Amino acid sequence: MIVEKTKKALDVLFPQQKAEQEAEDDTPVSTTPENEAHETKKEEPRPNGLIERDYAVHGYHLDAQVAPEQLFSAIEIIDGLEFFLESITGVDWIEDDQMEIIYDFSRYDFDLCRVVIRTRVARDTPVVPTITPIYAGANWHERETHDFFGIKFDGHPHLIPLLLPEDADFHPLLKDFKA
Amino acid sequence: MSVPIHIQPDETFVLNVGPQHPATHGVLRVKMEMDGEYIVNAETVIGYIHRMHEKMGELKTYPQYYMNLSRMDYLGALGYSHGHVLLVEKVAGIEVPERAEYIRAITVELNRIASHLFWFGAFVMDLGGFSPLMYALQDREHILDMLERITGSRLTYSYYRFGGLYNDIDDQFIESAREFIPRMRKSLKKYHKLVTGNIIFIKRLKDNAILSKETCRKYGASSAVARGSGINYDVRKNEPYSVYPEFDFDVPVYPEGDSLARYNVRMAEIEQSLRIIEQGLDKLPDGPIMPKKAPKIIKPPAGDYYQAVETARGNFGIRLISDGTKVPYRLKLRSPTYSNMHLFDETAKGMLIMDALAFMGSLDLVIPEIDR
Repeated sequence: MIVEKTKKALDVLFPQQKAEQEAEDDTPVSTTPENEAHETKKEEPRPNGLIERDYAVHGYHLDAQVAPEQLFSAIEIIDGLEFFLESITGVDWIEDDQMEIIYDFSRYDFDLCRVVIRTRVARDTPVVPTITPIYAGANWHERETHDFFGIKFDGHPHLIPLLLPEDADFHPLLKDFKA
Repeated sequence: MSVPIHIQPDETFVLNVGPQHPATHGVLRVKMEMDGEYIVNAETVIGYIHRMHEKMGELKTYPQYYMNLSRMDYLGALGYSHGHVLLVEKVAGIEVPERAEYIRAITVELNRIASHLFWFGAFVMDLGGFSPLMYALQDREHILDMLERITGSRLTYSYYRFGGLYNDIDDQFIESAREFIPRMRKSLKKYHKLVTGNIIFIKRLKDNAILSKETCRKYGASSAVARGSGINYDVRKNEPYSVYPEFDFDVPVYPEGDSLARYNVRMAEIEQSLRIIEQGLDKLPDGPIMPKKAPKIIKPPAGDYYQAVETARGNFGIRLISDGTKVPYRLKLRSPTYSNMHLFDETAKGMLIMDALAFMGSLDLVIPEIDR
C-alpha cells in the first residue's frame, strides 16, 4: 500500500512524533475525531507532524505539516515516490498571525493516495523556498500564490504577477485586504 | 525535427501572439522570441479575464457561490458544478437521491460530448479545415437544446442543487437523448472519414509536441494531455465518485504523447460518454430528485476538505477550508487547463510556430477556466 509507504517515508521528517507514537503505541495518534480541527482552532495552531485522515471525510489520505526548512526535503520524498503536483495555494490565518502554504499531490496509478504537505510561516515575513527545481510545474502555482498572498518563494526564477495586472502591488486574498 | 536554422545567428525578434488572436481561443497572450519561423523562447501571459473567483468564495455563502462554478468553463460547465455540489454534500452530510445522481452523470456526460465536439471543430479549424466545425456545431446544438429545456440555460447551467437537482428530466428529454446516441455514433464515423484519416491532418499532428510521462507528472497534466502520453488517469476511475462505479466504460489511452494521440483520446472519449449515457438511461431509477430534508442554511464543520472530479478538461479540484460558519474561510479552485497550459512554454521551445499553434489547439484551452 502506497499510503503506508509514503507515511513511512515522511516519518523520517518527524523523529519526535515517531518517538511519542512508540511510547503510547496502543492509542494511535493517527486517526482524528471529527471535531478535532474545531478544538485546535481555539487553542494553539497545530504542531508539525503527520496525520492520517479519513479519505471519505476529508478527501485526502495523508496530511503532513512541516517546518519551512523541511519543506524541500519533504517535497523531494514525495517526488521520489512519483506523485504528481496538483496545486499550491495559501491560507491567511490572520488570528494566528501566520500564513499557511498548502501543496497537494496525487497519483496517476490506481494506488489511490492523496498527500497534503503544509507549512506555516510568520505573517509579516512570509518566505518559503521554491520547489521549482523539483517540480517545474510549481512555477505558475507559486506565482499565483505570490499574487494572492504576497508569499515570497525564495529562489523562484520569475516571480512576477501572473493572474493580476503586471503592476499589481496588492494581495487580494489577505484577510485584511480592502478593495 | 525541430532544430533552429541559424540564417542570421544571434538575431531574434519578439512576436506577440494575442491577447486577441483567433488561435488562442480567448484572451491569452504568448510572447515568443523567434528565430525566423522557430520559437527560441515562449512565455505565456495569462490573467486577462481573471475575476478572482476565490475571493468571491470567501464572501458568499455556499448557495450564493454555487453560480460562480458554472461561469468558469463555458463549454463544460456542468462538470464544475458537480464538483462543488459533491464537496458541499460531503462536508454538510447531505444525502442525495439515487435518481438525482444518475441524472447528474447523464447531463455531465452530455456536456462533456458537447465540449469535445466544440473542441474538435475549433481544433480542426486551427489547422485550416473550416467545415468540420459546422458539422460539430450541428451535433452540439442537439445537446444544447436538450439541456436548455431541462436546465433553463444553454451554457452557464446552474442545474444542480445541494442534495439534488433543480428540475427533473421528462420523457421528451429521455427520448431526445435516446435519439442522440445513434445520431452521434453516425456522426463520429463521418468525422473519422472526414478528418482522422486525412493525410495532411496526420502529417501536421504526428510527432508534434511529444510530451513524456515525466513532464506530465511534473506539471500535473490531466485529461487527454496525460492520457495521450500513456498515463491511464481519469478521476472517474482512479477516484470513483457519484454513480460512476455503476457504469461500464473504458478510459482511452494512447501512448504516443503527440498531438495526434491527444486528438484520438478525445474522439474515443465521445464514444465512452455515449456508453455512460446509454447505461444511465437504462438504469435510471424512479424516485425523488431532492432529499426530504435538504438544509436551507449550510454550515459545514470546521476543517480542511478536498474533492476532485473529472470535467471535460481534466482533473478539477476544490479545496474548502471551513471555520464552521456560513461562509468558507478559504476556497481554492484547481483548474485542469491551468496545469495543462503551463506545459506549453517548455514544450514550444525549438518548435515551428505553426506546429506550436497546433499543439496549443490540442491542449483544449478554455481561458476563463485558466484565469478564474
